[in-house]
Amino acid sequence: MTISILLKTTISILASLILAPILLGIINRVKAGFAGRVGQPLLQPYYDIFKLLKKGLVYSTTTSWIFRWGTLVSLAVIVCALLIVPCGPFPALISFKGDIFLLVYLMGVVRFITVISALDTGSSFEGMGSSREMFFSALAEPALLLALMGLAKVTDSFSLTSIANTLSATNWFNNGASLALLMGTLFIVLLSENARIPIDDPNTHLELTMIHEVMVLDHSGPDFAVINYISALKLWIFSAIIAPVLFPIHTNNIIADFSVWLSGMVLISIAVGIVESSMARLRLTVIPQFLLGATALAITAIVLTWIG
Amino acid sequence: MIWALILLPFGLGVCALLTKNQSLQKYLLFGGALSHLILTISVWQKPPPAVLWGWLAIDPPGLLFLTITCLLFLLVSIYEFGYFEHLENDTEENMDVLIFPSIHTKSLFIGCQLFFLSAMTLVTLSQHLSLMWVAIEATTLASAPLIFFHSSPRSLEATWKYLLICSVGIALALLGTFFLSIAATKPDGSQTNLVFGNLLSNADHFNSQWLKAAFILMVVGYGTKMGLAPMHTWLPDAHSESPSPISALLSGALLNCAFLGIFRVYEICHKANLGAFANDIMLALGIVSLVVAAIFILGQSDYKRLLAYSSVEHMGLLALGLGFGGIGVFGSMLHALNHSITKASLFLLAGIILINYHSKKASDVQGILTRSKALGLLWLFGFLSISGSPPFGLFLSEITIVKSGFDQGRFIIASLSLGLLVIIFIGMATVFLNMTQPQPVLKSEKIHTPPPLRLKPSMLYPPVLLLLLSLVLGIYLPGWMKDLLVNIARQ
Amino acid sequence: MKVQLLLILVLLTNLKLLGSSRLGSSIRTVAIQGSLLGLLPLFIELDSLNWRVMTLAIGTVFLKGFVFANLLFRAINVANVNREVQPFAGYVSSLLYGIVALIVSFWLGQILNLGQLSYSPLIIPVSFFGIFSGLFLIVSRRRAISQVLGFLVLENGVFTFGAGIIKMTSLLVEIGILLDVFVAILVMGITVFRISQECDHIDTDKLITLKD
Repeated sequence: MTISILLKTTISILASLILAPILLGIINRVKAGFAGRVGQPLLQPYYDIFKLLKKGLVYSTTTSWIFRWGTLVSLAVIVCALLIVPCGPFPALISFKGDIFLLVYLMGVVRFITVISALDTGSSFEGMGSSREMFFSALAEPALLLALMGLAKVTDSFSLTSIANTLSATNWFNNGASLALLMGTLFIVLLSENARIPIDDPNTHLELTMIHEVMVLDHSGPDFAVINYISALKLWIFSAIIAPVLFPIHTNNIIADFSVWLSGMVLISIAVGIVESSMARLRLTVIPQFLLGATALAITAIVLTWIG
Repeated sequence: MIWALILLPFGLGVCALLTKNQSLQKYLLFGGALSHLILTISVWQKPPPAVLWGWLAIDPPGLLFLTITCLLFLLVSIYEFGYFEHLENDTEENMDVLIFPSIHTKSLFIGCQLFFLSAMTLVTLSQHLSLMWVAIEATTLASAPLIFFHSSPRSLEATWKYLLICSVGIALALLGTFFLSIAATKPDGSQTNLVFGNLLSNADHFNSQWLKAAFILMVVGYGTKMGLAPMHTWLPDAHSESPSPISALLSGALLNCAFLGIFRVYEICHKANLGAFANDIMLALGIVSLVVAAIFILGQSDYKRLLAYSSVEHMGLLALGLGFGGIGVFGSMLHALNHSITKASLFLLAGIILINYHSKKASDVQGILTRSKALGLLWLFGFLSISGSPPFGLFLSEITIVKSGFDQGRFIIASLSLGLLVIIFIGMATVFLNMTQPQPVLKSEKIHTPPPLRLKPSMLYPPVLLLLLSLVLGIYLPGWMKDLLVNIARQ
Repeated sequence: MKVQLLLILVLLTNLKLLGSSRLGSSIRTVAIQGSLLGLLPLFIELDSLNWRVMTLAIGTVFLKGFVFANLLFRAINVANVNREVQPFAGYVSSLLYGIVALIVSFWLGQILNLGQLSYSPLIIPVSFFGIFSGLFLIVSRRRAISQVLGFLVLENGVFTFGAGIIKMTSLLVEIGILLDVFVAILVMGITVFRISQECDHIDTDKLITLKD
């Protein structure tokens, strides 16, 4: 491991850890702008996390050690996932052939821990949210896997870092339609996994309509801060998969590349904000069709690469 | 001349749509049919030259079906004089069966019949595959409004099924036409003209895979229109719910036009050395049609549906004739001629019965023979004719088809078809005989003589003529007709 | 390149139709599909434009994009329906069927290799996918309007196949086919209108009085 590579991977991890909550801030600002308000400050997610860290912890008497350990374990797992996600031109710390599958399963572990923590509280609200969350994730997972496999087929490599490095403008020229469809699928999966409209409304507090929010009802203080941080990191990871497809530019200047990539991330957040402001949440019975449509798009993209 | 054949009925149809005078409309129909017949006779005397780069021309199969069509049309137009008189004077309350239509519907009815004639003429005259497709689709669209003339929920249901199933079938036939065009591509990449003469002469160079796929698609597509099982599902509903003159035209003329389409592709396959393949498929469809017809004729309670299933049976026989090959092709063509004449007369007679008895159920119709000797005898003769008894014409053609089956060594299929024909005879005999003969009455019961039937001459003469023609054809086939049929079979 | 883009958009419209339950948006999607296919011959012969191609393209776009949509919208306004009732195959099953049909169509495209004869390797897959979706829509939907839309999709699929084969048909035939489809939709629209007047519904699964 040479010094420069070590330096690059450290920058990658640090950048991810530090910059992740900004995406949430951007989304909130865009939504406020659409609603005609000025909105929260961009750094509000940071302020929220620090505020929560200073508060005290309250644990329900029905919970057990699962609930107490759950948040920290999922934070550890998601930081592990972060180790394989590249940050623009900065390569990921660990990259090997097949790490796209590892990413999907690490995300699955995080979801699993969140769900069992929620079930541990013994409340019926959390149970309802957990079952919905598992149902929609089960439908979104094939879409995610197929989309990643589509990316792997286009670039002929099975590692996230090498996908990001191999994607270039010629791929858009040759397989433009496939890449556009894959981006569409990945965007829909991003909306689904991060509990955004049209799958779930992050601002609602009506119990009948909550999916993700309801699972974290019982977390308090530092635990809730960690939960918010994990959701920011999840958004960052999913955006980091889409951004190299959006702007596959490789110049020799590493700062220029990084700024282009960052602008891609910002653009994705703005797109999420726009989608959230312009659509209503879909009816629960229609969401399976929606996610199946995303899967169909991914399959179309893969099938098109055979021909094109 | 050819343009006149097609455009004259079309023009008269437009006139019929525009005029509101009802008697003028009826005379328009009759006049159109008569002039069409005169034009056809002149075509027999002196064949006109081809027009439109050879896309429209007269050839033997086309001439045969054109003659059948215009003859039927003329007789149906005479029948409709009496039919409309009944509709105007009828004050019975049987709304489900005969709903009095508005004036607009009547002009649409007459106009669409003339468009129908024009489209069928176009089918028989077109030599280009795609033009023939356009014409066959046009016949579907021109005949659909004719079926829901009575505007009852039942006839609307029949029209919907007819429209949708036939349109889907014809869309598949279009795909088959495209496949055929691919099969006909010359090795240097240029396209062969889709005119029949051209296709037939170049047929040995065709790509067999594409040609096989094209044949299957076109047989399925046009077979839907023709009424071959298992694509026949629209036929019983449409033929039984439409007004009787229209049923006569549908059964007598329309099914033949679809048969013409299949016959053209069949010829191409034979010229391209796929004759065995084509024969097998036609045999399969023919036998399935016979089986389906036999199953549904036994125990059929509606006499118009019975006649419709009998059409399915005879279409199956036509397919069998093509499948056997050899003299079977001659038999099929003769059978097409005989069947059209006989079935049309039967449907026209059924119309008279419907007007008088107000019910389509065979159990409601009893003792026709006692109420009207003429109608009863005609109905009986019609039954004998359609089931293939000598001395009527259908006997000769059925014998020819079955004989060709035995000649070609297809013993099982030919025997099976004979057995199915017997079953169908039994099924039809039950219904027809129960309708014709009066119920036996106990001596103690009071005999009330039912009123005699109302029979208008204009409604009676066409079926009489047609049955006489069928009788004549059974005994003596005129030389010029025989030459035409042999000409067709020889190609 | 543009031809490929056009064909992929047509494919996506087919997918949308399989999964959609709202009649209004389905009619608009079929109109878009028809317009795209009307532009297809234009893009194919982009370097050898002549009056015939231009008029045919404009005519097709006008007919399939506007006239049909107008007719069908009028039919659903008269019949007062705007949503499809739960079809015989649920929407999830329809989408799954669509995915399978997509894979089968692309596989068929590999097998029936037309090589030089077709303008793009996507022609056969997209046209067969259209045919399969059209047939499925006719069979699995209950409202008569959805069946008319299925028939239009079927015709569009067959048209894609025809338009994509080099030097297929002449002007007369193309006009004939277009006129046929127009009159077919007209007659179907009138029939749906009459059905809704007589029977107070346009559910074809309630049209079951005629049977043996």
